[in-house]
Amino acid sequence: MSYLEYTVKTTPSGWRKVLYFNWSIVVLLTAVAGVGFLMLYSVAGGSLSPWAEPQMKRYILGLIVMFVVALVPIWIWRNMAFVAYLGAFALLVAVEFIGSVGMGAQRWIDLGFMQLQPSELMKIALVMALAAYYDWLPLKKTSRPFWVLLPIVLIILPTGLVLTQPDLGTAILLLIAGGLMMFLAGVHWAYFGLVIAAGAAGISTIFKSRGTDWQLLKDYQFRRIDTFLDPSTDPLGAGYHITQAKIAMGSGGWTGRGFMQGTQSRLNFLPEKHTDFIFNTLAEEFGFVGGMSLLALYVLVLVFCIVAALQNRDRFSSLLILGVGLTFFLFFAVNMSMVMGLAPVVGVPLPLVSYGGSAMLVLMAAFGLVQSAHIHRPR
Amino acid sequence: MKRTAKEKSESWARITRRGLILGGVQLGFASALAMRMRYMQVDQADEFRLLAEENRINLRLIPPSRGQIFDREGRVIAANEPAYRITMVREEADDVDAVLDRLAQLVSLDPDEIERAKAEMARSAPFLPVSVADRVTWDEVSRVAVNAPALPGITPEVGLSRIYPHRETFAHVVGYVGPVSERDLARYEEPEPVLRIPRFQIGKVGVERNYEEQLRGRAGAKRVEVNAVGRVMRELDRREGEAGSDVQLTIDVELQNYIRARLGEESASVVVMDLAEGDLTAIASSPSYDPNKFVRGISVADYGIYRDNIRRPLASKAVQDAYPPGSTFKMITALAAMDAGVVSPSETVWCPGHLTVGGRRFHCWKRAGHGWMNLEQSLRESCDVYYYDLALKVGIEKIAETARRLGLGEVHDIPMSAVTDGLIPDKDWKRINRGAGWVIGDTVNASIGQGFVLSSPLQQAVMSARLATGRSISPRLVKSVDGVETPGRPGEDLGFNEAHLARLREAMFSVSNNRRGTAYGSRIIDDAMRMAGKTGTSQVRNITAAERARGVVRNEDLPWNRRDHALFVNFAPYEAPRIAVSVVVEHGGGGSSAAAPIARDVTLQALFGGDPPLEAYPTKDRDRIRELQERLAAEREERLKSAQSRA
Repeated sequence: MSYLEYTVKTTPSGWRKVLYFNWSIVVLLTAVAGVGFLMLYSVAGGSLSPWAEPQMKRYILGLIVMFVVALVPIWIWRNMAFVAYLGAFALLVAVEFIGSVGMGAQRWIDLGFMQLQPSELMKIALVMALAAYYDWLPLKKTSRPFWVLLPIVLIILPTGLVLTQPDLGTAILLLIAGGLMMFLAGVHWAYFGLVIAAGAAGISTIFKSRGTDWQLLKDYQFRRIDTFLDPSTDPLGAGYHITQAKIAMGSGGWTGRGFMQGTQSRLNFLPEKHTDFIFNTLAEEFGFVGGMSLLALYVLVLVFCIVAALQNRDRFSSLLILGVGLTFFLFFAVNMSMVMGLAPVVGVPLPLVSYGGSAMLVLMAAFGLVQSAHIHRPR
Repeated sequence: MKRTAKEKSESWARITRRGLILGGVQLGFASALAMRMRYMQVDQADEFRLLAEENRINLRLIPPSRGQIFDREGRVIAANEPAYRITMVREEADDVDAVLDRLAQLVSLDPDEIERAKAEMARSAPFLPVSVADRVTWDEVSRVAVNAPALPGITPEVGLSRIYPHRETFAHVVGYVGPVSERDLARYEEPEPVLRIPRFQIGKVGVERNYEEQLRGRAGAKRVEVNAVGRVMRELDRREGEAGSDVQLTIDVELQNYIRARLGEESASVVVMDLAEGDLTAIASSPSYDPNKFVRGISVADYGIYRDNIRRPLASKAVQDAYPPGSTFKMITALAAMDAGVVSPSETVWCPGHLTVGGRRFHCWKRAGHGWMNLEQSLRESCDVYYYDLALKVGIEKIAETARRLGLGEVHDIPMSAVTDGLIPDKDWKRINRGAGWVIGDTVNASIGQGFVLSSPLQQAVMSARLATGRSISPRLVKSVDGVETPGRPGEDLGFNEAHLARLREAMFSVSNNRRGTAYGSRIIDDAMRMAGKTGTSQVRNITAAERARGVVRNEDLPWNRRDHALFVNFAPYEAPRIAVSVVVEHGGGGSSAAAPIARDVTLQALFGGDPPLEAYPTKDRDRIRELQERLAAEREERLKSAQSRA
């Protein structure tokens, strides 16, 4: 067991662990969340309610969760990885039966004080499970077909469940995150070539299924793809959102129209301005400078994660940190692509900035894992 | 699992390699996002900024107030009056039904209108006002205003609506306005945005339509900021519109009113033309309709009453209907013959009561014949055979040419609707339109204004005016627009021999002043005002030989719509003509009995510019005239009072 590799002497213990935090990441995350508070304040017309204040409370809760998770030694989390995976998987199955319906999909379990999205939990659980799996697997078996098939099953099962909810955005994120975890673990290039080829075939099959009885996606998902490919075909219907979002972003110019002066968001032309499209509000009010600043913050978080991963000689820890960074990256990259008109609108929030509890808490817990791995790294 | 040091370093090396590759890809993607952002926010910023402004800024039109229409003395013919309506905003009235119930106790509400309003409110955005009652009175508006606290969401609104205080009197001249229809929009290639304002009124017929451009004015505009669902957030700026130009007509309200009263329910029309500039001081068609009903949107029942009336109140008979001019055409035949030199005024023709031409017998109205007739006698007694004879000598082409010089067969340029050109037939016309050659009988018929010849009362008045002046005087209906006088139309000398015209006028004078004249009964006693005229009676049916054998049926014994049309044209005073008048009474019987008295009364009224002294009338007419004058005076009083109460 790898915990034997750690010497108690070099691993901080007790409250001293706090000193060994990767404080850069904490500061960066707080800065990102701060941007979120500012924008939620702005889109509410200069008011802390209804969004900014709950978001702040949740962020504080998120920080506490992160600290608690960070203080637990990383090897305990590694041993818990499959339990977490099975738990998340069980919730995904449960949500099929008792989930609340919203936006034409079954996604939530109402816990009373918050709405839990098991698919969010699964993003982290999958990363943990894959990291643990490759930590356990002898290196030389990494690219053997059977040992490649096993993680594929681990990825496909939850992805399939999420797809039936149906939540195309999360399903794609799970698929990409899982695949890239395998890539990081060192699976042979040839498999990826094969998957890409198969993926291309799969996409064409999905499109061919349209209008037949075995249609693989819901009509609204197809429409979203149509709208993405040409928003102008339906400027007042589904294409309206993306068109207005692009107008909001583009009209920001270099320095934006000023704090709380964005006409697109203030006059409600911008849809979902406090959740999926919050980046457009930022881009409209603070322009290119503002948008670039947030992007830079995100990239810095990513860079610090990669550095922390490469500093860490523990295989599980490295893979986990890279996996969390990757998940974080996928969140903001997909969201930004979507709101800039580079990707179909699939309902992925901007991490730590979009209004929403589940995603933020899960993400903060994930960064707790990163901190734990950092604190308890072999020295 | 325990790993060897070699394994550990290989694991680390592999993760580092793959991690850096993936990190590079991630950074590459982030740069792509940054470039996209730059492209949208820097390169395309101006376009997107424009789109954002278009989103948020809405142009709202402010309807201009329509120009008014006045008579030649500046008296109002068409004006704008405040029109009140009541609107409701759903979101302000919590309980729509309760508020409407309360409103119903104060204002008379139309149940259909309420149903429609409720449906519209349910459909449209909650902050949009929906009209619940239209054309409410000022009293009702005040009641609503007093009870405003109990009526949340209810607002009385004021707009301008057209009103025609003289009602029927000017319907055919001025026409009316109404809400813009799809057909109206189709008339324009690019309709002005102002036409899209709901309930915006434009001219539908008559002067209202033909002077639409001048009367309408220019819409103002305000720019407002709206949100995504169209709610107005604030007004950014506004530009006031320009009111429409006022139009002054040449019509005299009092004369026109007099004529309407004088015609009563007779199916008739009268045109009065001033001989100085060609001003039309009256154009009346009777019966008429109330244009105010059309402004509001006429009910099917009311429209049916107008449409089914056999006396056609909707038709503007004075300008759009053409009648056979009958004997009033005889001046033209005579002038053509004199102009061509084929006859002299003193030459006589024998009238045996008929003339046989081309094997067909043409009758004179007097079966026994008139005996020897010269120009003056023939016109005075309206002998037909004399003109048959003249026509055979001069030919149709010369007659047609003379008729056209005198303004027949021509569309006169006045801004009324459906102005007809009538018909002056000649050989070409018949060949092209009837596919048959001209026969001599056609010329004979045309010589007394029967057969193919058609002319409108307006053309008749122009003919009379041109005979009186010898000039190509043309009618003018609009005196000024926005205070700028429109040019008069006295015309040029027509080039007729003045001696011929003088003989003709003399003959016309004797029609109404010689004891043997057909209009002697309708003479004017006042020497300074005496008129020269001509009666006409035009058949609307063919008299068969069998009927003639039985003896000519008297008009009174025929059903109304088969009786002859009665016509009269005149100018006055004879010595120094100031006005020309034409009268047509549809199915009125004889020109001398039905049309001439009307023409005489109108002429006197016009010449005196008000009620003439009773001494101007023949004794037998004075009682009737006095009664009419008193009735009109009472009406004037009434109108004045209602105008004051409006103001």
